[in-house]
Amino acid sequence: MKQALPPAPSASGRGDCRQPPSAPGVPLPADWRDLFALTKPRVMSLVIFTGLCGLIAAPERIHPVLAFTAILCIAMGAGGAAALNQWWEADLDAGMKRTAGRPLPQGRLDRTTARDFAGLLCAGSVFLMGFAIGWLAAAILAVSIVYYAVVYTIWLKPRTPQNIVIGGGAGAFPPLIGWVAATGHVTLMPVVLFAIIFFWTPPHFWALALFVKSDYAKVGIPMMPVVAGEKSTRRQILAYAVLLLPLSVLPWWLPGKEHAGAVYGIAALVLSSLFLAMAIRVAVRERTGPEDRMKPEKQLFAYSVIYLFALFAALVVDRFIVI
Amino acid sequence: MESPRDSRTAEQIRKSRNRVLALSLAAFVVLVFFISIAKMS
Repeated sequence: MKQALPPAPSASGRGDCRQPPSAPGVPLPADWRDLFALTKPRVMSLVIFTGLCGLIAAPERIHPVLAFTAILCIAMGAGGAAALNQWWEADLDAGMKRTAGRPLPQGRLDRTTARDFAGLLCAGSVFLMGFAIGWLAAAILAVSIVYYAVVYTIWLKPRTPQNIVIGGGAGAFPPLIGWVAATGHVTLMPVVLFAIIFFWTPPHFWALALFVKSDYAKVGIPMMPVVAGEKSTRRQILAYAVLLLPLSVLPWWLPGKEHAGAVYGIAALVLSSLFLAMAIRVAVRERTGPEDRMKPEKQLFAYSVIYLFALFAALVVDRFIVI
Repeated sequence: MESPRDSRTAEQIRKSRNRVLALSLAAFVVLVFFISIAKMS
């Protein structure tokens, strides 16, 4: 049975080990469940889904075993990047209610194991993708890992309130990788899919940041609501939601054989209009006080996840339905 | 000193982790086999 153990004390703050209270200096081995939790499985599910949709929506087909391998590599790469993120931010995570229960801040896992596990996943995913699928897909996967783990986590996140805007690119790579895995080249359609996730990320993440603002402020991360204030964040959520509407419909209007059909187009129009309506609701309101439960913001955050799932599902369904 | 209870817990964690590692390695070998077949076809 898994045991909840208190964090081990350390002068350096790095290299802590899982230690039972009764046995100081005797670290418990890392549990595989904690290693799995390092990969942020819930975030990974969205990454796998969008990657799979990019692969299925592509006009060319690959062998099912290779398709499975491509998705496995995307999952491993995303999991490795997430583990690197948790390894780097363990001290910050310990200070935030939302993340304090993660394996590293809880002391259930030592940092060296987390770093080695993350490195193995990242390197393994890129090499497997390169050997089994192709080196262009592997190169894009490597860029996405470096983008998330280094550009976003280490460089942007602690420095600028635009962290999530620029860093959002990291989460936008999976459909592009899936598409390239199937076709072997980059065309306009996967770039548009990349742009959709890129412009979806700020309103998705800022909706969350609005209701966990105090957590970010406590650990000194310059998230938009902390630095620019709630009013400005709400306005910017609306701006991105407005941009997302035509952008999400764009695959319907693309020239050539790659474009999506009416099923996708109508679904994108309906889903994005609803997204915009919810963003307007968030943009026009103000926090009523400390007792405000931030329901519209929480609803927008929850809907944004459903939105992306539904939009990419529509793209896949559209490929199999001819009207 | 490690108590018998902690030693049991450590043993359980190690066992389950080794089992997952063994299964992952076996799955990797099977995957490489099928990738080779798929690349040849």
